[in-house]
Amino acid sequence: MSTTGPSAGNPASRFAPGTFVPAPGPGSRIRMLLAHARVETLLTLRHGEQLLLTVLIPIALLVALSLLDVLPGVDGAVAGSGGTGARVHEVAPGILALAVMSSAFTGQAIALGFDRKYGVLKRLAATALPRWLLVCGRMVAALVVVLIQVSLVTLVALALGWRPELAGVLPATGLLVAGTAAFGALGVLLGGALRADIVLALANIVWFVLLLAGGILLTPSAFPPGIAHAVTLVPSGALAEGLRAALMDGATAWTSLAVLMVWAVTAAAAASRTTRLT
Amino acid sequence: MDDGDVLPLVVVNEPATPSLRLADGDLPAASARDGTGDRADAATPALEITGVVKRFGTVTAVNGIGLTMRRGHLLALLGPNGAGKTTTVEVCEGHARPDAGTVRVLGRDPQTERAALRSRIGVMPQGGGAFPGVRAEEMLRLVASCARHPLDVPWLLDTLGLRECRRTPFKRLSGGQQQRLSLACAIVGRPELVFLDEPTAGMDPQARLLVWDLLSALRADGVSILLTTHMMEEAETLADHVVIVDAGRVIADGSPRTLTATDPNVGHIRFRAKAGLDTGLLTAALPEDYLVRELTPGTYRVDGHVDPQVVSTVTAWCAQQGVLAEHLHVGGRDLEEVFLELTGRELRS
Ligand SMILES: Nc1ncnc2c1ncn2[C@@H]1O[C@H](COP(=O)(O)OP(=O)(O)OP(=O)(O)O)[C@@H](O)[C@H]1O
Ligand SMILES: [Mg+2]
Repeated sequence: MSTTGPSAGNPASRFAPGTFVPAPGPGSRIRMLLAHARVETLLTLRHGEQLLLTVLIPIALLVALSLLDVLPGVDGAVAGSGGTGARVHEVAPGILALAVMSSAFTGQAIALGFDRKYGVLKRLAATALPRWLLVCGRMVAALVVVLIQVSLVTLVALALGWRPELAGVLPATGLLVAGTAAFGALGVLLGGALRADIVLALANIVWFVLLLAGGILLTPSAFPPGIAHAVTLVPSGALAEGLRAALMDGATAWTSLAVLMVWAVTAAAAASRTTRLT
Repeated sequence: MDDGDVLPLVVVNEPATPSLRLADGDLPAASARDGTGDRADAATPALEITGVVKRFGTVTAVNGIGLTMRRGHLLALLGPNGAGKTTTVEVCEGHARPDAGTVRVLGRDPQTERAALRSRIGVMPQGGGAFPGVRAEEMLRLVASCARHPLDVPWLLDTLGLRECRRTPFKRLSGGQQQRLSLACAIVGRPELVFLDEPTAGMDPQARLLVWDLLSALRADGVSILLTTHMMEEAETLADHVVIVDAGRVIADGSPRTLTATDPNVGHIRFRAKAGLDTGLLTAALPEDYLVRELTPGTYRVDGHVDPQVVSTVTAWCAQQGVLAEHLHVGGRDLEEVFLELTGRELRS
């Protein structure tokens, strides 16, 4: 057997001459975007721990807090209609905010941290996929996952007797999108800057702190006045309060929307400077 | 392996001369140019770096490396662990910013003209490079979707023996399967230039032969290839051009043949036989100026000009001693010897 000369071709080769003649060039942007978003979505949905965090914990909390009278300030008797139906009315908007925070922030940050560690970003950066498409693909995937989460949480809440204000559905949708953008950008900011194991720890700590003190489980009114105001300015508090205003009262909370947008833009600007491929 | 096995270039040591094979190297490069609307001349080298320095804190990983790779050539970058091969490749890919020096890939600067280059090059990193949970086929399809005229994905999976495991998550693929997937990702977009960092590391012999065949075919079709390897045989078989680096510097540069070429008077014969034979008799039987040694127990080496008469004398001596010479090797130097001579025989820390 002999190796090939450059033009002769190798008669023993299993590759016909011309098989690999270069024909480089970038693919279509929309195909790249869809392919990337699809893979990111599938990976999230397939990941057991992610599902626990993004779907099971929110739904378990929704069910538990609606059936049991444990949270101060969430009291069916005071709300008038009594029992589960009243409690789910107050609990469901916060759980929707929790779902968004879990996937767009915590899940996203951890996934990004490990993708960097395993050289995925370097790999993708070596393809024709531009960096802005890489971000868009992750965003689309985050929105798809949020859509699935919101659908599941809503179905369970409806089964528990939730009857949201229909007038609030449109503002709630806007808030969910803005919340995904804000938490998504923060997730990229965290996941793109630090070592994977540190990202893992921090993302979970932040999740836990915001769950307890960020306006999700406890409404800002449960805090002393000064702190209460601050709680409405963190993304979790803004999203949860905005969703409560929309789905409980049918109101549009412009302030909450504005707070979320500011977080989204600021975090995205910071992330575009700090995100590293490895 | 005889001379017919060696790649037909050889004469030119310094790669600066325009390619003798321009005619066949030209065709694919021209079509590539049309495809991307690229103004870079196909006659510019595939890769040209000079004086590249890259430091990580106090470590100087690359310390003034310069090398040139012609279009359609296969350049093998050799060097001990930690010599700076991966860092050099990453500087060329645009992943790492050099602290000094110039880098031109297909005539462009990978730092400032990254976007224009990205779709023209293929990259196989040293390990990793895929989402842990992604299935083999999904990963390859994703990378393929980034290219305008990708190779057929099922065909490529089949060819690289990945069909059986196309639905296996990356983290559960064997090391060699991960390597093959990574190689597939590097070539699926029909690039003009590929960077392959230890492409055959961890592969079984069949897979390695397949990859060698694949690399020969890529090269025959006009793809420029830079690969790093620790397998001297790989470099010797495939490469047009070998660059050996050590401690971040180039210590040898040339075709495999020029690097292994020696004075005809310094050939050698090496063989194995029973330990402790009387080499004095052989020395006496050979003409003057031949050196006979038992290198390690049972491994003998005769240094000097080798001709049929000398081989015959050696085998006659063996017969006289009542032993069979095994692994009888007649040679000038091979790349492995050159490498060890240049980089020393001690293990690097
Ligand atoms: N990111 C980094 N930070 C610090 N030091 C680094 C980094 N990358 C490489 N180095 C150092 O630079 C030197 C060259 O490393 P490099 O990976 O280029 O070697 P190599 O020739 O590819 O080795 P191998 O054959 O083992 O793959 C080594 O001393 C390594 O420790
Ligand atoms: Mg290396």
